[in-house]
Amino acid sequence: MPITCEFEYHKPKSLPQAIEILSGAGKNAAVLAGGTDLLVWMKEGLRAPTAVVDVKGIAELHRLEVSDGSLLVGACVTFTELLESPVVREQLPLLWECAHTVASIGVRNRATLAGNICSAVPCLDSAPALLAHEASVLVEGPLARRQIPVTRWFLGPKQTAIRPGEMVSGVRIPLPHRRTGACYVKLGRYRGEDLAQVGVGVLALEGCEYRIAFCAVAPAPARAARIERLLHGSDLSDSLIRQAQDLVPLEIQPISDIRASREYRTHMARIMLERGLRAAVARLSGGGPALGESVL
Amino acid sequence: MKRVPIRFKLNGVERELEVQPADTLLEMLRDGLGIKSPKTGCDHGDCGTCTVFLDGRTARSCLVLAAEVDGCEIVTLEGIARNPSPLMRELARHNSFQCGFCAPGVVLSATELLRSNPHPTRLEIQHAIAGNLCRCTGYTPILEGIEAAIEAAAAERSLP
Repeated sequence: MPITCEFEYHKPKSLPQAIEILSGAGKNAAVLAGGTDLLVWMKEGLRAPTAVVDVKGIAELHRLEVSDGSLLVGACVTFTELLESPVVREQLPLLWECAHTVASIGVRNRATLAGNICSAVPCLDSAPALLAHEASVLVEGPLARRQIPVTRWFLGPKQTAIRPGEMVSGVRIPLPHRRTGACYVKLGRYRGEDLAQVGVGVLALEGCEYRIAFCAVAPAPARAARIERLLHGSDLSDSLIRQAQDLVPLEIQPISDIRASREYRTHMARIMLERGLRAAVARLSGGGPALGESVL
Repeated sequence: MKRVPIRFKLNGVERELEVQPADTLLEMLRDGLGIKSPKTGCDHGDCGTCTVFLDGRTARSCLVLAAEVDGCEIVTLEGIARNPSPLMRELARHNSFQCGFCAPGVVLSATELLRSNPHPTRLEIQHAIAGNLCRCTGYTPILEGIEAAIEAAAAERSLP
């Protein structure tokens, strides 16, 4: 399926140049990093930009470095680069596990974390990790630079807090000060490459703090504040997990679509919450499964 | 639309040409340069039949603009098949492919895996080729071929 829209291809060397092109072209400009969503949408006619701005020529957007206790992930950093980063593997295992479930290797070699959150489909795998770690999105614009908490980034399906003329330059993820155990549980229709029908990310922090985020079961991925409050300060017990599971229908608003029904998603979200919690806590004490995918 | 001049290396040979902004890498390779190992399958990045090496990593050539490969190195199956690797020999010996449509993508994905991880587990092999859909063989002969290649390579290395 060829791309039928007509556009000019730009490859700026600096952020100011990119912002200038984006501001000039207004809503008809598209930022191109990995292209694994953008090109699909252009082929399907969902996007028809008149200007495509390839930002891979901007050196600073390729940085992946620790600064001031946070991991800075430039907008051009791919999921493969995240998976190969020792910092991600050791200090942000929830992000590692989420990244490991994104599409397939051939896609992850191109697809970027920044692109994933800009596409903002409700089932995006990277969201539970970014929400649990309270990451911020770094946005550059013609007038100002903004830092937007991920909790206020996702506004709805394919809708984010970005404004015309702006672009994401990266994501800042605070590194945890305490020991953590994490688990991302993703339900696909089969084992292997698929979009999530339900995704649950659990981050257990030393001292009985739990951070839980769901994707694919609401218009936008979100933290489960009621469940977090219930669990806060307590060791997990069977009865506490049961109470947490009973809160799941209050935390999510799943739809029925070609991949799963609303009822099935709700049922599985309960089961996945329990297994994710148990795996995260087991990992906090040095045990647990090698891969979150094995708990389903 | 303004054509985009690009220079890149294709299977070891420097190429210089002008492309339309909307041309994909896959279209340029197949229709412009006669490189037919990458196939047009789903054309949406799901099936993996269009796989090529882009700067040493597998990429979906259907989801890359030709303009993006300026300054890059592209290697397709044509570029590595002149000297068949143990992997290619074992895949052939195990009849791993029936129609062959997925073969170039599977070979490149497995090659990428074995370069960084010469002794993968079966689960790691399954992860590595999860993005290459085969509709003929049910994957078992592919997995067997890759595992045989790993053993063959290990045996070769242990020779005095």
